[in-house]
Amino acid sequence: MRTISIDQSVRMIPDGASIMIGGFLGVGTPERIIDEIVRQKKRDLTVIANDTATPDKGIGKLVRAKLLRKVIVSHIGLNPETQQQMMAGELEVELVPQGTLIERIRAAGYGLGGILTPTGIGTPVEAGKQQIEVAGKLYLLEIALRADFALVQAFIADYSGNLGYALTARNFNPVIAMAAGTVIASADNIVPVGVISPDHVVTPAPVVDYLVANA
Amino acid sequence: MLVNLGIGIPTLVANHLPPGMHVFFQSENGLIGTGSVPEEGMAHPTLTDAAGHPVTALPGASTFDSAVSFGLIRGGHLDLTILGGLQVDQSGRLANWTIPNKMVPGMGGAMDLVSGAKRVIVAMLHAAKGASKIVKTCTLPITSTRPVDLVVTELAVIKFCDGRATLMETAPGISAAQVSAATDAELVMPADIPEMSL
Repeated sequence: MRTISIDQSVRMIPDGASIMIGGFLGVGTPERIIDEIVRQKKRDLTVIANDTATPDKGIGKLVRAKLLRKVIVSHIGLNPETQQQMMAGELEVELVPQGTLIERIRAAGYGLGGILTPTGIGTPVEAGKQQIEVAGKLYLLEIALRADFALVQAFIADYSGNLGYALTARNFNPVIAMAAGTVIASADNIVPVGVISPDHVVTPAPVVDYLVANA
Repeated sequence: MLVNLGIGIPTLVANHLPPGMHVFFQSENGLIGTGSVPEEGMAHPTLTDAAGHPVTALPGASTFDSAVSFGLIRGGHLDLTILGGLQVDQSGRLANWTIPNKMVPGMGGAMDLVSGAKRVIVAMLHAAKGASKIVKTCTLPITSTRPVDLVVTELAVIKFCDGRATLMETAPGISAAQVSAATDAELVMPADIPEMSL
């Protein structure tokens, strides 16, 4: 684990990268990293996240700056710009049921090839997917979803990379922290090693590659 | 009991709990024990509901990640969800997530909620722009093949038993014939159809 500057954290992300980003309607999204991606004009990105927030918040800023090629999300309803770019064919939008999306990410992070879920059977979501019967009930095979980078927002971090989260800002963050090639964390508070009680560490230090220093 | 309320009309249900009834409300962004809207100045940026609005957390509340949240929903731990609807067909199948080429917000948690909750109630208006929302067959893409248990509208309470829509109650001053006339679906009419008690 290395502590790096906000500039360095984004410089390592190449154009065209796939990025998981924490947050639920912008709550629990690493806003400083988002702003730096906009400033460095990273292009052609694929974003995997719960939603595209609102146009002026979180992932919405990446949509507005037209830095995205594709989003894999469960909801775009509060971001009219995502919908406009989708209708205009400028942005590819793959909609995934929220519980399926988080389980596909969890599967990748936990070394599984995918998961079986009843969600989506008999709906447009089942198109092109294998159906498997287990004990008389039908499930969809949903395959694991990984990314090149995970951008994680924590409430508290120590300098070894242990992370803890706050209230509803937790959402996708600890799950994406397990499922990406390179994990970059940002935290409201960075404290010396030993300050966070082991019981309060949610994401263990070894999975975090970089911690963005607070200015 | 653990209950998840959808956005819109279902959200209002929380204001009408009978005294003494203990319910945990879940927000699928990762909270059990969702309370009322915070007083002026008491909102916290990391305590929000599934619409991103500030909420409070009641004593006994818990927070968790999205995998746990949807484990609760799909895993048989959620006693009840009350959701909005665009159409419900006469076998109880719900469409509530998209109007192709017009409204494409994404399904969010709706498909998991309908597939996974122990009991599903739809709270919606009976008709939209003069057209009955309780239809013979959904023309909109459905949310799940799992039929809902109950639909409550401003005109009627309709239950789905054995794959058929059955008129259980009418709104005060509304006759069963008026409900039937306002409904595209075929309704089973029991001999006794009481008025809703409000």
